Amino acid sequence: MTANYISTTNACKLCRPLGASVAFRGIEGCVPFLHGSQGCATYMRRYIISHFNEPIDIASSSLGEKNAIYGGAANLKQGLENVISKYHPSIIGIATTCLTETIGDDVPHILKEYVNEFGSSETPAIVNVSTPSYSGSHMEGFHGAVKSIVEQLCEIAPANETVNILSGFVSAADIRYLKSVCEDFAIDSTILPDFSETLDGPALDDYPLIPKGGTPLEKIRTMGGARATIELGATLPDDTAGTCLEKQHRTPLYRIGLPIGIRQTDAFFDTLASLSNKQLPARHMNARGRLIDAMVDGHKYIFGRKAVIYGEEDLVAGLTGFLAEIGIQPVLCASGGKSGMLKDAVTDALGGMGCLMPEVVEDVDFYDIEEKVKAMKVDLLIGHSKGYSFARKNNIPLIRVGFPIHDRVGGQRLLHLGYDGAQQLFDTITNTVIAHKQDSSDVGYSYM
Amino acid sequence: MKSAAILEDRQGQVFRKGAEPFAIDCNKDSLAGAVSQRACVFCGSRVVLYPIADALHLVHGPIGCAVYTWDIRGALSSGPELHRLSFSTDLQEMDVIFGGEKKLTRALEELIDRHQPKAAFVYSTCIVGIIGDDLEAVCRKVTKEKSIPVLPVQSEGFKGNKRAGYQAACNAMAKLVGTGDTGNISKYSINILGDFNLAGEIWLIREYFQKIGIEVVANITGDGRIADIQRSHGAALNVVQCSGATMDLADMMKEKYSIPSLRVSYFGVEDMAAALYSVAEHFNNPLLLERAEKLIKQEVSALMPELSKYKEALKGKKAAIYVGGAFKAFSLVKAFRLIGMDVVMVGSQTGTREDYIELDQITDDGTIIVDDSNPLELSAFLKEKDVDLFVGGVKERPIAYKLGVAFCDHNHERKEMLAGFSGMLNFAREVYSSVMSPVWNFVPRRAKEIQK
Repeated sequence: MTANYISTTNACKLCRPLGASVAFRGIEGCVPFLHGSQGCATYMRRYIISHFNEPIDIASSSLGEKNAIYGGAANLKQGLENVISKYHPSIIGIATTCLTETIGDDVPHILKEYVNEFGSSETPAIVNVSTPSYSGSHMEGFHGAVKSIVEQLCEIAPANETVNILSGFVSAADIRYLKSVCEDFAIDSTILPDFSETLDGPALDDYPLIPKGGTPLEKIRTMGGARATIELGATLPDDTAGTCLEKQHRTPLYRIGLPIGIRQTDAFFDTLASLSNKQLPARHMNARGRLIDAMVDGHKYIFGRKAVIYGEEDLVAGLTGFLAEIGIQPVLCASGGKSGMLKDAVTDALGGMGCLMPEVVEDVDFYDIEEKVKAMKVDLLIGHSKGYSFARKNNIPLIRVGFPIHDRVGGQRLLHLGYDGAQQLFDTITNTVIAHKQDSSDVGYSYM
Repeated sequence: MKSAAILEDRQGQVFRKGAEPFAIDCNKDSLAGAVSQRACVFCGSRVVLYPIADALHLVHGPIGCAVYTWDIRGALSSGPELHRLSFSTDLQEMDVIFGGEKKLTRALEELIDRHQPKAAFVYSTCIVGIIGDDLEAVCRKVTKEKSIPVLPVQSEGFKGNKRAGYQAACNAMAKLVGTGDTGNISKYSINILGDFNLAGEIWLIREYFQKIGIEVVANITGDGRIADIQRSHGAALNVVQCSGATMDLADMMKEKYSIPSLRVSYFGVEDMAAALYSVAEHFNNPLLLERAEKLIKQEVSALMPELSKYKEALKGKKAAIYVGGAFKAFSLVKAFRLIGMDVVMVGSQTGTREDYIELDQITDDGTIIVDDSNPLELSAFLKEKDVDLFVGGVKERPIAYKLGVAFCDHNHERKEMLAGFSGMLNFAREVYSSVMSPVWNFVPRRAKEIQK
């Protein structure tokens, strides 16, 4: 709970069905579908489009006043029929909204009825997740959708050599990176979800109702037989897709924080190395070496700078660890989420770096963040683009990471993960500090 | 109209102008599963009231409704910027079970103390309509306590479409009208309704009217102020742009205060000139008319040579239009004609039958006219008509770009002033800078043509 205030001003979180919609978009042949009023789907489409600059068609059951009174079953069924007839999906991912949760629609039951009434060989797989917007944030929606996909689609599968990677809500570039890393280790991976192409695709000569790419349904079905599941995140809920696979299919689960910065990436690569019985591939060895070299070259420009990090908890924890590695002092770690785990995650992330413990706050909005920062001297803000008005008002440079990036192009191409991601982050952070100093200097130095 | 892209239940909402007599279904609920481009009732209310800059806009509901509308419009203010903040009661599970009235009351008290607004609008969302919070009662209580108008906006998302939201916004504003002092208002005075000061457009329009000798009492709602709306019943005429959004308020003011209204558009040379003439004519004063004539002549003669450069390049290119309100579509059809382009498709989210009849009258044979469309249909129409430029909002943009079609942003977060005479030049430049970009040489659609 926000102890200080009743109202929320400039929230630092999004609503639950948005996270589910993004996750569903990462399944091959999937149409995300919101069971609720028309506005939810449209608002979320608009919000997601503004980040990815890509189409995302989210269907809606478009409930009206009568449906709110008598229930939305008929609309949900009609909506499914219409989506199937025009989109020909291989799967539909249904997320609820606050409206349908509150009127008490029993979606699993309605879906059973639907299959009984309309089911045919053409009927796609249907996954549903409960995402009441009044409980949790988009991250609960994201993880909830991934868990539902696994729960509802994974079948008893023979043991196979694949490795499941549950990456969390990272960027399209991050997912592409994870894929290529697995290839380098010769690991046959199932990355879930995979919106690296569906939300960052090429120019086409036709409008893709369902774009190419996404985690293939067949691979999802056999995830239970995988050699292991690697689930990324330091503030994950107890019940996730990873624990579901572990409990129901005995798939060994490795939970590690997002591989941001050197130590977390090391941990990730160590896990891959032991799973594949292979050594760190030369490409990544070199990338690690170059990163450390770059950190040495640039360390003096950033040492002791104070940073505020905000956004999703896992991202905040990951970035905080990396900042500690490069000598930047995190002074405030803030999130609109409220897992109750951020403080421990930040403590772990700082371990051994001789860094002072920053203030860590959950369930805050930008009003709270601003109030807290007033008493601090801050050199950098690191977070998504919704911190811009705050950054501008206080003349603090903003390093844009995560989601959403609404005021720059290429949010989907930001790389956060691995040695390559750390390299990009390091260059951006260091150059931002240098540019800020250069721009505010009377001299205008032309060497660093 | 039948087409593989159109769902059976939607065929009545698409018309191809030609041999058959005009007929279109519209103003109905969006079809489930059709992936409509429309938002909801809340959206309608939020966009209309949003630009009132010295009011507190509190969204009573779960966090999503507030975050998706935070700083969403490019509606500029010449003073306070309270409208650019996003306030929410961020309802949680317990509030849904036990009711949100207490939290709403406390949130209002807190925010009013903190920001000292001139009034507060409290938006109802889907869930509030279901749990049955008594918004009216809470607003009455806080109005008394804080001595500012605290106005409920009955904008539960599911209770209709965007048009119902416009109506709810007008109902809320109607409670303000008539509560201010109307002393010292000229007899040649107007309220500007239905301009939202995107990119500063209302400042330009006000300047035109002032040059003619007409006083603007209230901006409703671009760069809007509560005190101005409170005294807006002192104006002699309501000048209404934007068909759906504010006509309801004008009608209420006509009934209660006998203020007549004129429908205008400030977009495009023809409509801008017509707006100034019709207002000047309304006051039946030759001096005003003379000044209007002079202003229009001046502006048009400065504009036309500039415009002709763009016209030369854009002549014969094909345009498609999909916008929120049909009134904007009328002006766009004329504006494209002025720069030599052919409109081959035009549609809106919320047009009425009368609107579509007018579109039918002003468009050429073969033009596709569509109500409450979706990506599947729009992409099919763009391809069928081999469109060079699509004009629309954020949700339409990736449809155009994915297909390799140029795009003009005519949404409510745009940064370019498109109204008025100088706005017409900006519009032409916007269109030109997308249509003429070399990037199209590389998109698959055009690359194939070049190979041929």
